[in-house]
Amino acid sequence: MTVAVDALRDAGRGRTAPRGLGRLVRRLARNRLAAAGLVVLIVVVGLAILAPWVAPFSPIKTDFTAYLQPPGARHLLGTDELGRDVLSRVIFGTRASLEAGVVSVGLAIAVGLPLGLAAGYYSGRLGDVLMRLTDAMLAFPPLVLALAVAAVLGPGLGHAVIAIAVVLAPVFMRLARAAVLEQREREYVEAVRAIGARDRRIIWRHLLPNSLAPIVVQGSLNIAGAIITEATLSFLGLGTQPPTPSWGSMLNAAQQYLTQAPWLAFWPGIAIAVTVFALNVAGDGLREIWDPRTR
Amino acid sequence: MIPVLFFVSVIIFVLINLIPGDAARLFLGEEAPPDAVAALRHELGLDQPVYVQYLRWVGGMLHGDFGYSFKDHRPVLATVLEKIPVTGELTVASLLVAWAIAIPAGALAAWRQRTVTDYGASAAALVGLSIPNFWLGIMLIYLFAVHLRWLPASGWTSLTHDPVRNVRALAMPASVLGLVLAAVVMRQLRSSMVEVLSADFVRTAKAKGLAGGVVVIRHALRNAVIPVITVMGIQMGTLLGGAVITETIFAVPGLGQLAVNSIYGRDYPMLEGVVLFSALAILVINLAVDIVYSLIDPRIKLAGGRS
Repeated sequence: MTVAVDALRDAGRGRTAPRGLGRLVRRLARNRLAAAGLVVLIVVVGLAILAPWVAPFSPIKTDFTAYLQPPGARHLLGTDELGRDVLSRVIFGTRASLEAGVVSVGLAIAVGLPLGLAAGYYSGRLGDVLMRLTDAMLAFPPLVLALAVAAVLGPGLGHAVIAIAVVLAPVFMRLARAAVLEQREREYVEAVRAIGARDRRIIWRHLLPNSLAPIVVQGSLNIAGAIITEATLSFLGLGTQPPTPSWGSMLNAAQQYLTQAPWLAFWPGIAIAVTVFALNVAGDGLREIWDPRTR
Repeated sequence: MIPVLFFVSVIIFVLINLIPGDAARLFLGEEAPPDAVAALRHELGLDQPVYVQYLRWVGGMLHGDFGYSFKDHRPVLATVLEKIPVTGELTVASLLVAWAIAIPAGALAAWRQRTVTDYGASAAALVGLSIPNFWLGIMLIYLFAVHLRWLPASGWTSLTHDPVRNVRALAMPASVLGLVLAAVVMRQLRSSMVEVLSADFVRTAKAKGLAGGVVVIRHALRNAVIPVITVMGIQMGTLLGGAVITETIFAVPGLGQLAVNSIYGRDYPMLEGVVLFSALAILVINLAVDIVYSLIDPRIKLAGGRS
């Protein structure tokens, strides 16, 4: 009996979920662009973790004898208006960006996924109300809603992260709901129900694993979007606060020195673009592997 | 649409009520006497239960009363209506830029699938998606305003006032918004075009002996554009969100700049009005898209199915 159930479960899972990490890595490696994106991401994460050892200077220590220096031998990417080393600030800036990207998407999934699963499984009055609510949240331009939430909460990286999560949660809710609606009437779910499994077990042990692929793909692409949104909020002064370096706030400060020190505006933008590009490429790669429609 | 509107209003109401501090105090300023604040609290209905406040707020909006700015004490509606044409013009110009780039690029990439053209166009689109628009804006300002001195770095002249200066002021912000949007549209168009190109009717058209270009444009593109039009609502969200930051960088006096200024000035009624109008704009455009959609594609009928 248990063997039969296990087989059923495996059959159900095997349809969309990958069979092993090894296979996933192998398939990613075959997609050269995605593999390159993954390598860049590993480097960026490494820089964020090892920032204190990699960065040549302190990111916040000011040096008024060396302000607005163009890129040179001592300061590879130049110095800013307070004499801080731009390279070091870009390296430390990975921390705020990655933190914002990963934590906000994590929060959004933590809130959106259970609600979406519930809305899909109990598609009655509750599901309807939840869906109208997400419709309403998706009716706002994402950045405008994030701005409004950040404005209400007040400036700060933590608040910016919450604002981004608020905007993203309905996206995951819809995805989870759609996946459950598709899976709910499948035979394996009926079989599990027939052997007496409770709703909670069906949702968490069967529907969730089978709905995960689109959510992971969307998640990796949304981290990219969240990094841009954090940079935007920081650029407007609502995200990371000085003197903590973040790419967005560096660009904000650089705007005033565009004629004297254009390099200040160049490197943080390149850092954002490279990180986001790597995430987009890796996310696209994951989608090609996991999304049966693109096969 | 009505239930969505209801929830939209609830979300904004909840957000505004989460703001720490007293609206009457914020309106009158820090040094206002307490009895004046109390009087205004009563007048604004802030001493009433929350649901009464909500009903009053919604009722006021139905009568065109969107509240008064904390800063200049003018009606919010008047200021918002002043800004709409500016953001509207910027939006339309960006859409034109985006389509002018994305439709040929997307069609070509799908037609010449898995060639250098396709990979080049797709890679360019991915780069476009990865560049933050405010950075693109700063770079354009550096190149065209600081370095080459071709265009003004910022500022605005209205179309009716001086069309030439209007276009010069519009060029950079519209390009910034348009380029980022072009990346999104191009990717959508390419994937729907790839699907259409493998459809039976395209094969039939080719079998009839029609030239490749005719098939691509007359047969495939017309069908592939439909899904691109349906996601216009999502594109509008991107555009209006992008307008916030581009208008701020280029000092364009539209809704986006108004939103940012009202955040800086803690002018919450104004922020409320801008947020509400941007959501309303998207809902109206989605509705319009649904109607256009049914006109373009006779297979689709407008029924009560979608709310």
